Amino acid sequence: MTEIKEGDVLLQVEGLTTYFFTEAGIVKAVEDVSYDVRKGESVGLVGESGSGKTVSALSVMRIVPKPGRILQGRVNYAGEDLLMKSEEEMRKIRGSRIAMIFQDPTSSLNPVYSVETQLTEIMRQHQDLTREEAKDRARKLLELVGIPEAEKRLSEYPHQFSGGMKQRICIARALALEPDLLFGDEPTTNLDVTIQAQVLELLKKLQKDLHMSLVMITHDMGIIADMTQRVVVLYAGRVAEVSRTYDLYKHPRHPYTEALLAAVPRLDKRKVLEVIPGNIPNLIDPPSGCRFHPRCKYATEICKEKVPQLEDSGDGHLVACHHWRELSLRAEE
Amino acid sequence: MAQLQSQQVVLEAKGLVKYFPVYTKGIVLKKRVGSVHAVDGVSFQIREGETLALVGESGCGKTTTAKVILNLEAPDAGQAFFEGKEIYSTLKRGTTAEKLALRRSMQLVFQNPYGSLDPRMTVYDILSEPFEIHRHVPKSEWKERVYELLRMVGLEEYHAERYPHEFSGGQRQRICIARALAVDPKFIVADEPVSSLDVSIRAQILNLLMDLQKQKNLSYLYISHDLSSVRQISHRVAVMYLGEIVEEAPTDELFARPVHPYTQALMSAVPIPDPETKVQRIILPGEVPSPINPPPACRFHPRCPYATDICREKKPEWEKIGPDHFVSCHHWRKFF
Repeated sequence: MTEIKEGDVLLQVEGLTTYFFTEAGIVKAVEDVSYDVRKGESVGLVGESGSGKTVSALSVMRIVPKPGRILQGRVNYAGEDLLMKSEEEMRKIRGSRIAMIFQDPTSSLNPVYSVETQLTEIMRQHQDLTREEAKDRARKLLELVGIPEAEKRLSEYPHQFSGGMKQRICIARALALEPDLLFGDEPTTNLDVTIQAQVLELLKKLQKDLHMSLVMITHDMGIIADMTQRVVVLYAGRVAEVSRTYDLYKHPRHPYTEALLAAVPRLDKRKVLEVIPGNIPNLIDPPSGCRFHPRCKYATEICKEKVPQLEDSGDGHLVACHHWRELSLRAEE
Repeated sequence: MAQLQSQQVVLEAKGLVKYFPVYTKGIVLKKRVGSVHAVDGVSFQIREGETLALVGESGCGKTTTAKVILNLEAPDAGQAFFEGKEIYSTLKRGTTAEKLALRRSMQLVFQNPYGSLDPRMTVYDILSEPFEIHRHVPKSEWKERVYELLRMVGLEEYHAERYPHEFSGGQRQRICIARALAVDPKFIVADEPVSSLDVSIRAQILNLLMDLQKQKNLSYLYISHDLSSVRQISHRVAVMYLGEIVEEAPTDELFARPVHPYTQALMSAVPIPDPETKVQRIILPGEVPSPINPPPACRFHPRCPYATDICREKKPEWEKIGPDHFVSCHHWRKFF
């Protein structure tokens, strides 16, 4: 793999399509999703449940569970297409070049192994290390993620840790081989707000110190504003908008983004919550044309018929809407 | 959030206490070794048409407080009054009619609409079951009343024949709200009613709750860990930490001038959906201590950045520091 400099494109996802072939029908979970992540950058994947944010990340790592299958697309990572790799090659990349932390730390740690075993397993799998070397690294990792008395806690088991501490262990494990890219799949959703604040600060600091790229998957517009430089907004399996974070909040170009921002309550002010009518569509039989059209207040005939393509609306701000030119959407003041 | 018309107190809690015993392992020789101090001396009032929000992190006792008020858990000490009537003695010693009337006045909406609707009952059965129990609606009017309830929460009449699994989360929560309304209650406990819903659906339910409050002059106890939604819906907020209320104030006052160090930290921890607003985050060290052995004196002192000796020795008083603004902190003058 080629060496990637700070600011160059590290991950490029192009036209990714992943379907789930269930008994009830084909769930079109991710369709024609494209985005890129630069080295050292933090990108947010934001969307509601069923928007395809998690599945698109799982597809990049090629760990889509059955009956899901990646049908199309390209995942360029440091100059190579991950979808073309053999399973053997992928195993070498997972964990060492790309790592992931999940929403529920309790279920992503094995209850019957000590923390040390779980941290050193990945190191010894990928690298030729003695037990002592691996243990030493594991201890340093625990210190890095802010777990006090690391030496003693290495021999403890997951149930002896609180939720926030377990998530720190997951982060330590993900960072064990210093990956270039870290996916965080709702890493703080299960945590209390004060603990969430701790973990977010930690992730921010680690990303900076280790020059990692970070992809934050979340439904929380607050976390996106706080943590990311660029955002990919997903709706019902498709990309609605890609933009720099600041521009997304100040000048949203897609009606869904506008509606979402207006519907989210804010701590710092009381506002009238605008309701997005209807429900999130069923992806077995998604709406025709633009998938947001049944809930969109600007929808016209063309939205029902034709799928809007991602277009550059200037300055790298991509939007998939037939009407972005005519609309002047309102950001929150 | 509507302006309050009345000063009439609907619900009052006075010094509620609920401990859960902790036993040693073993079946034969069970020994009580301690207790979880889930709710430890909680008092508050809710007026007619008012929403009081109870906020705090997991394990702070918000839900137990609600359960104790509705007598789903019997309190160990303390009293609760509904329109001046003591709830526990009425439910224990009152006549059947008195008990039913009290139960009708107070209803509950749960967090998880997937777990709180019987999957084998149609929506019609779910919504008419309260009529069967309370007999306040003649059978000939059931159908009309069910339709009325459905319309009230933004559903359609044909939904009555469907089963819960046919609905999305937001719609199910509407059904739960309709069920609570079926008995014309005056007071509703809403326990995290939007936490399990998607972001775009939350606003629908919050607005529905506020509209219904306006129409029917309902009082809510709104339990949540999500301060952003609390800001939208509530008139007053009580902040709980480890079984105790540490601060209580009208919503705007509390958000503008949080006094208790825990309230300040809690608020600064919430990410704000606006890249221009940068909050100075107060990161609390450590985690919420175990409620089995809560720290002595001020329970927040091990995590408090401002703690001094007095905080470790003496329990802070519940002090009034402004109109309707109460706090229990030795050092509140520093922050006010």
